Amino acid sequence: MANGSLAHEVSYLKYEGKHKGIAGWLLTLDHKRIGLMYLMAILLFFFVAMTLGILMRLEMLTPGETIMRPSTYNSVFTLHGVIMVFLFIIPAIPAVFGNFMLPIQIGAKDVAFPRLNLFSWYLYIAGAILAIVSLFTGGGAADTGWTFYVPYSIRSAQNVTMTTLAAFVLGFSSIVTGLNFVVTIHRLRAPGMTWFRMPLFPWALYATSWIQVLATPIIGITLALIILERLFGIGVFDASLGGDPILYQHLFWIYSHPAVYIMIIPAMGVVSEILPTFSRKDIFGYKQIAISSLGIALIGYLVWGHHMFVSGMSDASRVVFSLLTFLVAIPTGVKIFNWVATLYKASIKFSAPLYYVLAFIFIFSIGGLTGLVLGALSTDIHVTDTYFVVGHFHYVMFGGMGIMFFATMHYWFPKVFGKMYSEKIAIIACTVIIIGFNMLYFPFFILGYMGMPRRYYDYLPQFQGWHVLSTVGSWVLVSGIVFMFGNLLYALLKGPKAPMNPWGGTTLEWKVPSPPPLENFEEIPVVTGGPYVHDKPTYIMHPGKEGLNGNGVVKTANQENAI
Amino acid sequence: MSEQSQTAELTANQTYNAEHTNTNNGEHSVSYGTYFMVWLGLVALTSVTVTVAGIHLGSLTLITALLIAAVKTTLVGYHFMHLKFDNIIIKIFVMVCLGIFLCLWILTFADLSFR
Repeated sequence: MANGSLAHEVSYLKYEGKHKGIAGWLLTLDHKRIGLMYLMAILLFFFVAMTLGILMRLEMLTPGETIMRPSTYNSVFTLHGVIMVFLFIIPAIPAVFGNFMLPIQIGAKDVAFPRLNLFSWYLYIAGAILAIVSLFTGGGAADTGWTFYVPYSIRSAQNVTMTTLAAFVLGFSSIVTGLNFVVTIHRLRAPGMTWFRMPLFPWALYATSWIQVLATPIIGITLALIILERLFGIGVFDASLGGDPILYQHLFWIYSHPAVYIMIIPAMGVVSEILPTFSRKDIFGYKQIAISSLGIALIGYLVWGHHMFVSGMSDASRVVFSLLTFLVAIPTGVKIFNWVATLYKASIKFSAPLYYVLAFIFIFSIGGLTGLVLGALSTDIHVTDTYFVVGHFHYVMFGGMGIMFFATMHYWFPKVFGKMYSEKIAIIACTVIIIGFNMLYFPFFILGYMGMPRRYYDYLPQFQGWHVLSTVGSWVLVSGIVFMFGNLLYALLKGPKAPMNPWGGTTLEWKVPSPPPLENFEEIPVVTGGPYVHDKPTYIMHPGKEGLNGNGVVKTANQENAI
Repeated sequence: MSEQSQTAELTANQTYNAEHTNTNNGEHSVSYGTYFMVWLGLVALTSVTVTVAGIHLGSLTLITALLIAAVKTTLVGYHFMHLKFDNIIIKIFVMVCLGIFLCLWILTFADLSFR
């Protein structure tokens, strides 16, 4: 790390320490640079997976073969899912913006374990490389879907082994990041920052990190068992060898359902940051929102069986899992109602991040309510394994996490890069994205209800109208996304300089320069109040200069002498 | 701050530092004999697991094996991983993990037992 005054004066983007140029990035221990390296890698994979999604929609434009063969379609939807889930949705907000903002928001100079942080980025890249190599080796890209269900994943001639190995390595990256965040939040909060003075984004990251630490090892072991099953036929999942294929589904979803909350809870944390900023008032129900993050994390652990209602699971557990699934709606509802209540009678300033948040609340509510259709035993049987599920999944994942990732980029862009973007273009792009999104995914609910199965290459002619609408929607959505990234890229290159606090935010990241200096703070600040108080300062940014000690108390004569 | 309270603060810091150094250097007063006895216990429990696997206990076979594994895990965590010397927050973390793990067991068995 840097020494002298330079480290808290020079922007992290310009600081040159022991290593310069590209090595200054690849060997950096700075949480902000590591966050940006994640951003670059994650965006690359997002564009790859998005392209695969467009190709899938093109294929579905007409019944029968349009642009690819059935086996290619199987590999394309598998890759789309694996890349989007493991390389984009899971790490996007925690790894990029969690890394960047968590230490600043809690008043720390870095995360607790900076070297481990860099190591987790390399693990992520190693996993990504394995996933790419798997496309071109050992029989070609996996064709099992991102869920790797047995018995097909054991028997497929495609390169399932390497793809699961890639997911295994990526899981370790996730565990390491989660561990780092838990320790950082426990040990590095600034003096005076009690648990209930901590901003809600760190609260969300805390809940997420626990899931990452506790659930990810289970998928690691499960995927390792798939590899062993393929290589040595150990018979854990293979029914012909006395194994239990439903056990695979249990183990897979024990991780992968909480993983849905790994994806969405950080996004919810950002909602809780953006709303008070643009409402110009304290968030409504701070403690309830903070605790509901932990509530979602806890209950989210116990609902995995709702993915298996038609797999041959016992009736008793189907009833239990259905009940538990409905319970998740409670902490989620707590958040939604508190967010809406924050907007009530507020001095709202409509900006691009807020537009995305409002779109998120609308879209995520549709995703959540259609989730109840799938959580209820009787209706689930009708729509299971149809496009209804795909529609629900994209409404909660893309409409939830994806839209909030865009919101997050717009909210913290001035802080991360020190540049301002065109608000007008950002709002137009947001509008196009929301229209395209609903055109693309809403027909899925109708198609699913009509009986269109998911993952099918071909379909009956009566489904074509909805498929055409959906494909046109994909073009609108992609246009909006390209427009949005074009605007941000232009701002990065030629945008005007951003001030320290362009939105009037109240949390600590808005008290440091844009972009922040290498060590974030000249002095570790002292916290004297809650995070979203607009009418009085709740941080002492230079306690030393103001004659205060590290706890915000006036220095004694003895302490002065000691200094 | 009075001289007396400063002295008290210093003493508290020194006590903390002394404990901290102890922890870092691993200078806990655990004899090799204790470690050996725990190891013997683990070997004995492994033998019990293998033996029980050969006896037809029906649905109890799996539960017995898991219970023995739980006892072994506790022994390893408590003695070899020095949980007995850690402060309360670490113990709470471990209890939370075990609690969730127990929920996973119960819910999975709710399927297996009634299928």
